Amino acid sequence: MGLESDFDIPVLTTTVEKMVQWARRSSIWPVTFGLACCAIEMMAMSCSRYDVARFGAEVFRGSPRQSDLMIVAGRLSRKMAPALRRIYDQMPEPKWVISMGACASIGGVFDNYALVQGVDQIVPVDVYVPGCPPRPESLIYGIVQLQRKIDRQKLA
Amino acid sequence: MDQNTLIASLQDAVPAAQLESVPSVDLQTTMYVSRDELPAVARVLRDRSDLAFTFLAEVTAVDFWPREPRFELVYIIVSIAHRLRLRVKVRLHGADAHVATVSGVWPAANWLEREVWDLFGIAFDGHPDPRRLLMPEDWEGYPLRKDYPVQIRMTPRASEPLQVTEEEFRASVTKDRLTRG
Repeated sequence: MGLESDFDIPVLTTTVEKMVQWARRSSIWPVTFGLACCAIEMMAMSCSRYDVARFGAEVFRGSPRQSDLMIVAGRLSRKMAPALRRIYDQMPEPKWVISMGACASIGGVFDNYALVQGVDQIVPVDVYVPGCPPRPESLIYGIVQLQRKIDRQKLA
Repeated sequence: MDQNTLIASLQDAVPAAQLESVPSVDLQTTMYVSRDELPAVARVLRDRSDLAFTFLAEVTAVDFWPREPRFELVYIIVSIAHRLRLRVKVRLHGADAHVATVSGVWPAANWLEREVWDLFGIAFDGHPDPRRLLMPEDWEGYPLRKDYPVQIRMTPRASEPLQVTEEEFRASVTKDRLTRG
């Protein structure tokens, strides 16, 4: 991007690709998928103290049709897995997934029959956020990492 | 009413019942009932005005595997009128784990018994809706049994089978198209 001085009015030049990347990473709308205690930290992240609005990802949507990002916040039970996949399938492209916390990533302390040992068996995960539960700062860091990833995604 | 009075008056009402009073650590009145007399005893407990145990608080089970009789069913009932709580237990053998339902006496037993069936595999004869409650309906095994492989590894399912037949699905989609014009 550059400020062109050859015109009477200020003009910014850029490529379509860069502009799309900028638009996508600057307004990531997450779908609410709080499954367990991680969801409390996710809510804290979206509230005034941590204020994820600074990174443009504060608009939590109740409908997958309006969302770009799924934060899987908590342990995923085997019975819930088809529902998670259905919500993911209902989200329009482009879409991303953050696996929040130890349980969502690898099953955490719940090494048993009832829980899916890692949500990457159900949906493709872009960023894993470690912690039990992760602090809101950790999740913000995960979102920033995701923004960097989106910034590198080519259009074609 | 203390434990012995309670059991004596129950024994009067249901002579066939083998009632057995046991001491309990938490001082809550506890008694064992034989499996066959459970519905009759339950009805007396609910209907006699000096007992009036109208509220079934909990049905659960304990697995003492490998000991036999392996299961103990636990019913916790409350008499609101007389401010009493009572713990009724039933012993069950693993090879013969079934008991008559009490959902006719206390409707609350319906889902509680389904949960026990789901997790312990104890069958309730005459239950109006004997399906699993918590686990998926096609689940194999009973997870709270002591001999269940808890750390079992299975591939999770990412989709559920269609809840309607293919014809119903097609008819519904066609109807949707027609109404939208």
